[in-house]
Amino acid sequence: MSFDMTMLSLFGLVILVFSLLSIFTRRILRAAVYLLFVLIATAGLYFMLDYQFLAGVQLTVYAGGIVVLIIFSILLTSHISHKFEKPHWSILAAGIGVVVIGLTLTVWSILSYHFQPTSTPAIPVNMQVIGMKLVGKGANGYALPFEVISLLLLAAMIGSIIIAKKEEPKEE
Amino acid sequence: MIQGVPITYFLVISAVMFFIGVLGFVIRRNLITVLMSIELILNAVNLNFVTFNRYLFPDKMQGHFFVIIVIAIAAAEASVAIALIINIYRRFTSIEADKIDKLKY
Repeated sequence: MSFDMTMLSLFGLVILVFSLLSIFTRRILRAAVYLLFVLIATAGLYFMLDYQFLAGVQLTVYAGGIVVLIIFSILLTSHISHKFEKPHWSILAAGIGVVVIGLTLTVWSILSYHFQPTSTPAIPVNMQVIGMKLVGKGANGYALPFEVISLLLLAAMIGSIIIAKKEEPKEE
Repeated sequence: MIQGVPITYFLVISAVMFFIGVLGFVIRRNLITVLMSIELILNAVNLNFVTFNRYLFPDKMQGHFFVIIVIAIAAAEASVAIALIINIYRRFTSIEADKIDKLKY
């Protein structure tokens, strides 16, 4: 077994086990920590695929940002000793049924399709290429999505501040 | 591409992660857990994009930039959703999805 294969099975196992745990655990803070492990393993897969910048973004934004945000909101909104009630058996059965059917179909179609591996040489994905493409206005530039995303992030920031702001007590 | 690792392995890992996210989305009632399931789903989709980009079109970068944009949108979505959840908690003192039923009647 080659080194790549070993790492792939390791990351795949971590993703499988910890995402199942994060769904089925009954303590919400543990679910957030298990989600963190899943995100870190995904970053490992990005490193394997040779996208270092993407793996760094995944580690900082997902594992460093979103999980911390989720943990903050868990601590604000629930008691630490609170346990979920078990899901009703009919919901659980329906969910598992849907997932098993969908997963079977998807995996079957993945395995039966013959992917044609390409022989074109890979272009290097380094910081300079990414930066030039992100602000490029030519045929292969991404200046418009970049600007749209920055507007969206600004709108989301202002919106979430306004939504989460404490309301003034009304006089009645 | 990686020598000796077929593309289907990555795709199967991503499909499994996607459907576990769907399962969590269906069976849980807590809003924060639902949000975490959505993050799992988005993560699986990202992995798919990156895999196709690396294996089938290594001379292009569309998948790479799509993933960057999806990550930015996921961050924006998480922040807005958490603001909403905090507001809901103030009003109902609960974040269970089936207790928030003021609009039901």
